[in-house]
Amino acid sequence: MTATLAPATSRRTSWAAFRALLLRDLTVLDKDLKEFVPNTLMQPAMLVFVFTYVFPRIGQAVGGSGNVGRFSTLLLGGLVAQSIAFQGLFRVALLLARELDVTNELEDRVLAPAPIWVIGMEKIVAGALQSLFAGLIVFPIAAFLPATPIYLRADWPTLAIVTVLCCYASAALGLTIGTRIEARLVPILVGFIALPLGFFGAIFYTWDALTPIGWLKAAVLVNPMVYMSEGFRASLSIGVVHMSLPVIYGALLTFSVVFTVLGIRGFKNRVLG
Amino acid sequence: MVISTAGLTKVYPADTRGGTGLTAVDGLDLAVQRGEIFGLLGPNGAGKTTTVGMLTTRIIPTAGSARVNGVDVVDDPALTKRSIGVVHQLNTLDRSLNAWENLYFHGLYYGMGAKASRQAADELLERFRLSHRARAEVRALSGGMARRLMVARAILHRPAVLFLDEPTASLDPQSRLALWEVLKEIRDEGQTILLTTHYMEEAEEFCDRVAIMDHGRILALDTPARLKRSVAAGDGSASTKAWLTKVLDRARTEDNGLAGRHPALDDPGVEAALIDLVALADRLGIDLDELRRGVTLETVFFSLTGRDLRE
Repeated sequence: MTATLAPATSRRTSWAAFRALLLRDLTVLDKDLKEFVPNTLMQPAMLVFVFTYVFPRIGQAVGGSGNVGRFSTLLLGGLVAQSIAFQGLFRVALLLARELDVTNELEDRVLAPAPIWVIGMEKIVAGALQSLFAGLIVFPIAAFLPATPIYLRADWPTLAIVTVLCCYASAALGLTIGTRIEARLVPILVGFIALPLGFFGAIFYTWDALTPIGWLKAAVLVNPMVYMSEGFRASLSIGVVHMSLPVIYGALLTFSVVFTVLGIRGFKNRVLG
Repeated sequence: MVISTAGLTKVYPADTRGGTGLTAVDGLDLAVQRGEIFGLLGPNGAGKTTTVGMLTTRIIPTAGSARVNGVDVVDDPALTKRSIGVVHQLNTLDRSLNAWENLYFHGLYYGMGAKASRQAADELLERFRLSHRARAEVRALSGGMARRLMVARAILHRPAVLFLDEPTASLDPQSRLALWEVLKEIRDEGQTILLTTHYMEEAEEFCDRVAIMDHGRILALDTPARLKRSVAAGDGSASTKAWLTKVLDRARTEDNGLAGRHPALDDPGVEAALIDLVALADRLGIDLDELRRGVTLETVFFSLTGRDLRE
């Protein structure tokens, strides 16, 4: 029983551990699908139904000028961005807060033969893949469910870059928050994180539309959600004003780097004494 | 040496544990040989778990150094992790996976192929009498089963050292016996084990050598038999002589009708013969427990600290 593993380079061992941890997380996602899918679809489906079907039918003004088609078009980008961001953020943060704080079950994975930062990175990558999956299942709802015409033109390269950056940044934000919050405080995540991210995240309006309220237009720039919504609009919608692509890419890249550094640091602090 | 430490120290800063800084482990020097069962015995708060934490890369030492299987635990924690298996005092099984998957994925984490992992998971479940619960959710396992599964998981990747931190804590007597059965099997296969416990019976029965710890320091380190001998009155022959004198004196002098009925009482050579016998037993390393009934590691701890082990 004392035989040790065959000699292998540390890098190869770490990579094997990384892949195995990822496989574990995706296996667990597969088990959770029956909760994950409805949970992902519920909010976008409700929003699409109320905003693009109910409101026009009852004459409720929506989208400012009353141009419902234009509103559905801008809402599409916002909803895809929001689904990606919330799934990445919350699945990583909530599971982590529980596993670190309550059940200690992260122990065995922390002992996997890889540096701690690799194990933290795996959490981000797993979260990013899950949010990508969320984006993929929400897209048809946001694109085909609205009862009004929707003006789409996918700019594939832009869409690919924006998607990768959004998935990654939101999962890294999940690691940042999940390693800093006690499990008993998780309920406040909705009030203090999800609501401001969403309502000030340019999901239901374009950033440019905030021009009449200058201070708000400036303040929301700290919200990563803004760049995600604008990014999806830039890559999907026709005839909607959006931020310039270099600004979107630059901001999402910066958030990704900052959240990775903070997330890995938080992870190390939590698992090492 | 599979484990060697030099001046290993952990001081928790004042802000994380409140009050002044807490020295959990204080200049620990340890040397554990391959194949050895080494016990850290001490009350709660003695620094046992912190020591295990440092040796398993989870706690970063404040000072000193530690090597496990030839690897410096601070310089290369990832490589260290390849040579260790850890069983925690808390249930750390993966709740999102079933019993079998806990083993299977563990094998994958350590770079074992899917086939090898599957095989190892099947074999270990069988061996640890858990096959009938292979697909059970972790939550549905009893405390004893969960602990056995954790041991199975910890040895699945064939670690050079197995760390058992209070392995039987909070188990009922029956589960405790079942766990010791599997641990003895593992021991008999030559697995090196470092065990922490505050049950002196466990340390006494299971360990080749025991370090008695208190306040982060080692107070005594030896085989259980020698530790016990160290607190028995003097060396073996002297204490036996005292005991014999007491028996013979009382039997000969008191009016209890024993005189003339026991040949030993009339034999002037009986003392010398018995003392010689005890000295012989000592030299052969034969335990003199029978003659020193009542001396346990608990007595040793008490004589070293003036406190009870379970305080």
